[in-house]
Amino acid sequence: MHDHIRNNPKFHELVTKRTSFAWTLTAIMLIIYFGFILLIAYGKAFLGTSLSGGTTTIGFPIGVAVILSAIVLTGIYVRRANGEFDELNRQIIEESR
Amino acid sequence: MKMLKTAFAAATLAAGGLMAATTTALAAGADMGAAEKQATNWHAIVMFVIFVGITLGITYWAARKNKTAADFYAAGGGITGFQNGLAIAGDYMSAASFLGISALVYGSGFDGLIFSVGWLVGWPIILFLIAERLRNLGKFTFADVASYRLAQGPVRIFAATGALIVVIFYLIGQMVGAGQLIKLLFGLDYMIAVVVVGALMMIYVTFGGMTATTWVQIIKACLLLGGATFIALGVMSHFGFSFEALFTKAVEVHPKHGAIMAPGSLVTNPVDAISLGLTLMFGTAGLPHILMRFFTVPNAKEARKSVFYATGFIGYFYILTFIIGFGAITLVATDPQYIDAAKGGLALKGGGNMPAIWLAHAIGGDMFLGFISAVAFATILAVVSGLTLAGASAISHDLYANVFARGRTTEASEVRVSKMASLGLGVIAVILGIIFERQNVAFIVALTFSIAASATFPVLVMAMFSKNLTTRGAVIGGYIGLIGSVGCVILSKVVWVQSFGFADPIFPFVYPTLFTMPAAFIGCWLFSALDNSPRAQAERAAYPAQAIRSETGLGAEGAASH
Repeated sequence: MHDHIRNNPKFHELVTKRTSFAWTLTAIMLIIYFGFILLIAYGKAFLGTSLSGGTTTIGFPIGVAVILSAIVLTGIYVRRANGEFDELNRQIIEESR
Repeated sequence: MKMLKTAFAAATLAAGGLMAATTTALAAGADMGAAEKQATNWHAIVMFVIFVGITLGITYWAARKNKTAADFYAAGGGITGFQNGLAIAGDYMSAASFLGISALVYGSGFDGLIFSVGWLVGWPIILFLIAERLRNLGKFTFADVASYRLAQGPVRIFAATGALIVVIFYLIGQMVGAGQLIKLLFGLDYMIAVVVVGALMMIYVTFGGMTATTWVQIIKACLLLGGATFIALGVMSHFGFSFEALFTKAVEVHPKHGAIMAPGSLVTNPVDAISLGLTLMFGTAGLPHILMRFFTVPNAKEARKSVFYATGFIGYFYILTFIIGFGAITLVATDPQYIDAAKGGLALKGGGNMPAIWLAHAIGGDMFLGFISAVAFATILAVVSGLTLAGASAISHDLYANVFARGRTTEASEVRVSKMASLGLGVIAVILGIIFERQNVAFIVALTFSIAASATFPVLVMAMFSKNLTTRGAVIGGYIGLIGSVGCVILSKVVWVQSFGFADPIFPFVYPTLFTMPAAFIGCWLFSALDNSPRAQAERAAYPAQAIRSETGLGAEGAASH
């Protein structure tokens, strides 16, 4: 049964697609987070700029956006993994029987 | 600045679950005398007793349901993704993140956001790289996964050592935090808190196992999210749901004025900043009690859903703590009844951890103050229960059943060992909680999260993704990360200078992760590549079969129920 799966092109498709998707999203999260950290270290003045003339500064929507990006990225991954990838996975297991 | 230091020190005390510390903060040290005993708060005590009554009822129900090892370690694998997401949030949101972050925002505004964000961004990484593979390969502990195709003995001993160091120090942080909180919130003695927390966690874990622990965490998460939502709504309704109005008022009354709207001096040194970021992000992904939660769901699909829900709840919670911090600036700092007149300025009665608590009073009166105090204390119980179960499973499932007895044991005796280990860990936690009452515990955050990021996480990722990993590589690489991170934390300012009293730290940074995590990865890779023993060849040959189970879940379905 293992050989059957290993030789199934769909298995390679699943592993390649899901792994590259996961690492791409990981890279996006790392860039967003470390970008934020570096902005805090080097861009204090920018983050302190007033948003549309009021007291609220640009830093707040950016910080909240980083939090929301974490939630959105997990949502994107779960949607595709539990849909498209699990369907492919189901076919692979079906065909190995 | 003094305010900020106090907030950090108090926050660091309030739980090991907390990572709120940078160079400045850790350099400030933990002032153990910070929590002054307050008048006895009967509302809080009554509500806490109700919480305990309900959770003990659940423990009784869970104990009758618990029959197999899978029931005990993994709640029979029958928790849904949504329930597990709540339980993870309950396991992860500590009293420190509630009281500590809102106190940090109260003291310095924007800087609080830096920590909220750091606390959250590890979750997507757990989802993308770890969660489903962990579920597919493992049974009860993350060592199941690390040792899946490697030699059981050495890999499990390494994994259990790392897990136990993290669990024990994390427990110390929680115990000391519980002791300080009970003085503040209930007006009772330190000792009472340590003994009550120790006794309750032993009961939950020993009798109720993972089922009871999960429900304690779910209830706590609902209470904490509900309470924080109520406070935040109270604040926002006060300002007509306008953030601009809230911020304008805060800038007007805060002594730092406009400076609270931009980053301050928390993050300046880029090496420390990046190392802190790595520690927060990857430390979360290597905590044994967090990883263990993924064995309670039936399959990879639910494991993924649990991370999505957990990330949503935790992210939402951090946004609330932010509103609470600003709410406290506008509604608490302006009201003389909460201000410590002797110290003046922003200083509150009861010390640096109090902004969220006094804000609860300002919004909901005595009853609500009691409710929030009880929730803050219940929060600690949920965290220590998860920790104790993770520590006990490292002892019984990894060390006893798979190393000492080499797999030749019965499920019943393994569970019995686990229950004895829970009792043992409870006693140790109480004793250490008492010993550490007046010790500096600021190092705990750096220590536990650095070990998780530098030892557990690299070995787990390599075991899942590297077909060349061998036992020798995993063990040497893992110990490089473990010994390196423990050593660097000891030689850094928090221990070397603040606990041992030397003039200068030997390791110049607060968090070693920037160096120790890559060192562990390189160690795993290099010593695997150099390993050409027959065992190593067999281990490499076993990777394709592991990959099939790890990627498709084939063979994993029944893992939790044998």
